[in-house]
Amino acid sequence: MSIRSQLKLRPRADQRPAAPVAAKMVARGVRVSYGAKPALKGIDLDIQENRVLALIGPSGCGKSTFLRCLNRMNDTIEGCRVEGRITLDGEDVYGRTIDPVQLRARVGMVFQKPNPFPKSIYDNVAYGPRIHGLASGRDELDEVVQTSLKRAGLWAEVRERLREPGTSLSGGQQQRLCIARAIAVSPEVILMDEPCSALDPIATAHIEELIDELRANYTIVIVTHNMQQAARVSQRTAFFHLGEMVECDDTEEIFTNPRDERTQGYITGRYG
Amino acid sequence: MTDLIERETAAVPPAPVRAAGPRSHYKGEAFARRLRARHAAERRFRRAGAAAVAVAALMLVLLIGSIAARGASAFWETRIRLEVALDPAEVASGNYTAPLRRALHAQFPQVTDRAGRRVLNDLLSSGAPYELEAMVARDPAMVGTVRTVWVRADDEIDQLAKGHYRRDLPEGERGLSDAKVAAADALAAAGALAQGFNTTLFTAGDSREPEQAGMGGAIVGSLLTLLVTMLLSVPVGIAAAVYLEEFAPKNRWTGLIEVNINNLAAVPSIIFGLLGLAVFLGFFGLPRSAPLVGGLVMALMTLPVIIIAARAALRAVPPSIRDAALAIGASPLQTVLHHVLPLALPGILTGTIIGMARALGETAPLLMIGMVAFIVDIPHGLTDSATVLPVQIYMWADSPERAFTERTSAAILVLLGFLVLLNGVAVILRRIFERRW
Ligand SMILES: Nc1ncnc2c1ncn2[C@@H]1O[C@H](COP(=O)(O)OP(=O)(O)OP(=O)(O)O)[C@@H](O)[C@H]1O
Ligand SMILES: [Mg+2]
Repeated sequence: MSIRSQLKLRPRADQRPAAPVAAKMVARGVRVSYGAKPALKGIDLDIQENRVLALIGPSGCGKSTFLRCLNRMNDTIEGCRVEGRITLDGEDVYGRTIDPVQLRARVGMVFQKPNPFPKSIYDNVAYGPRIHGLASGRDELDEVVQTSLKRAGLWAEVRERLREPGTSLSGGQQQRLCIARAIAVSPEVILMDEPCSALDPIATAHIEELIDELRANYTIVIVTHNMQQAARVSQRTAFFHLGEMVECDDTEEIFTNPRDERTQGYITGRYG
Repeated sequence: MTDLIERETAAVPPAPVRAAGPRSHYKGEAFARRLRARHAAERRFRRAGAAAVAVAALMLVLLIGSIAARGASAFWETRIRLEVALDPAEVASGNYTAPLRRALHAQFPQVTDRAGRRVLNDLLSSGAPYELEAMVARDPAMVGTVRTVWVRADDEIDQLAKGHYRRDLPEGERGLSDAKVAAADALAAAGALAQGFNTTLFTAGDSREPEQAGMGGAIVGSLLTLLVTMLLSVPVGIAAAVYLEEFAPKNRWTGLIEVNINNLAAVPSIIFGLLGLAVFLGFFGLPRSAPLVGGLVMALMTLPVIIIAARAALRAVPPSIRDAALAIGASPLQTVLHHVLPLALPGILTGTIIGMARALGETAPLLMIGMVAFIVDIPHGLTDSATVLPVQIYMWADSPERAFTERTSAAILVLLGFLVLLNGVAVILRRIFERRW
């Protein structure tokens, strides 16, 4: 039984090994430690533009840690030290020229647990454009909110209740609201940390479709524990294990022909 | 295969599972006994809790009930009706005592000796002439006519009328002469004694004469002091809490500051008074007995309380909210101002108002900075001499006159009223700010 049939991999033209694409973000020798405890031990990874990169690996292997390095969310964690070099369009993310506030506007993030602001649905989406001055005037802001909610596939459900608190939505709706909030500020890269872990299959399918659409305009990195999901939405997949990046290749390659036996063990469900 | 995979796949032997069904552990007699014991323990615990609440409620009712029973009568004062003939010459020379005394003596034609007249004179409050003067000032047409006026009675007559003297005791033990009792009874029989609402209690400053003493000065002093306390400690406290909780690095120094803030909250309040005496009065030379200094001392005292409460409220805001705001590019300050602080505000307000309530009820530090002085005038500014409600209570409780006993209780009731008001404001503000989310 081949892995491909196990995973019901849909062959897609663009998932074939393609010509090398420009790297949007590049990580070289990234080491992270929480206090004295190392969490990442030297990661080299390219994140290609307008592609979806899936990060897979057993729990605690450092996927979220790596994701949080990309938009410097680790800065907020006491005792977290990041070494190595990460660039966005060739610019050092940890260098002097990039302000973390600017970086996070360019590299958006969707968290594993939906975390809408305890404000109205409208304000949740409008907050980012407001503070970044992306919309001048009410009408433009309304426009941004509407398009973002539409792209996140939430508009039909909330168009009548934009003034209600975002926390009154269901878990899946909240997660889509968080996605709408992230895309409302027009980032260049979107980081998603297990965005579907709390969702039912229908909402999951919805978000996967959304990710596929967003790929045209954004570069996406997604952490997932769901192999089928990684296979369905991503063009490239990186396998993390105990703080190391074991293997990174085209998704089809990883799932059909993994080079490392740890990768093989993980994707066939032997451990992790 | 790597060693890791070996480790992961080496399965733990499954634990023996008890057979379900009629032989199940949970259906046996032993388990039923355990279950009964557990339920009994819960019932006992609930009963003990309910009993504790009942005892606490009873104590509170007893406390407030006894104060209210003793203090309620202070909200009324006894007045004497007199037919006063105002002689223009006397008015011109400012002699308002003579007309009052004449009118009173006229009601007791049988009393002619000096001793008897002195007893009559003592029925009136020593403040009655000033009352009459005020009436004339309001209505100058009174001069040269005979008018019916009600003037304040002396505190002894007031207490007698309220039944606070025991008539059955002999004169010596009663503390009030038979002659005065007889005179007061005669006035009452003639309908010339009546009780009215005691506005003096709220409008006047302190006085040696109980019937002229009021807590107006103390109320204003308390409000001024509290204003200074609030203006200083609330912004400083919240800003300090926000900085320590949201911005300061967690290192040895901030740890030291945290420990010291916690210690400061536990420092006896009189120490703050000594500090205020040494620093504000001694070093900066600020005036004694002033609400400004009182407020400064109280601000020092409430700062740690506010900082601790505000930090707890900020810490209770879920970190995911901060992550959410930061991740869309809000600056740390925007994250705090737009998201964290509004969520923490109800808790901060509660802590602040608890601190304010503590400051409102505090006496000891104010004794050190001279706010315990006998002050007749109502303060008009932050540097005027003033006293505050709890100190006023303390001073009245120390006074020997019987009439001050009920005024003490009345002042306690007013202070409790202010505290309830403050807490009410806290509840309302909480509602308002929680409804926004
Ligand atoms: N805030 C933190 N403080 C200390 N250690 C942390 C912190 N966050 C993560 N770690 C540690 O770093 C390692 C990697 O954690 P990380 O959250 O990146 O794992 P993960 O791959 O995302 O796991 P999961 O799939 O369960 O989300 C773990 O060993 C974890 O214990
Ligand atoms: Mg994770």
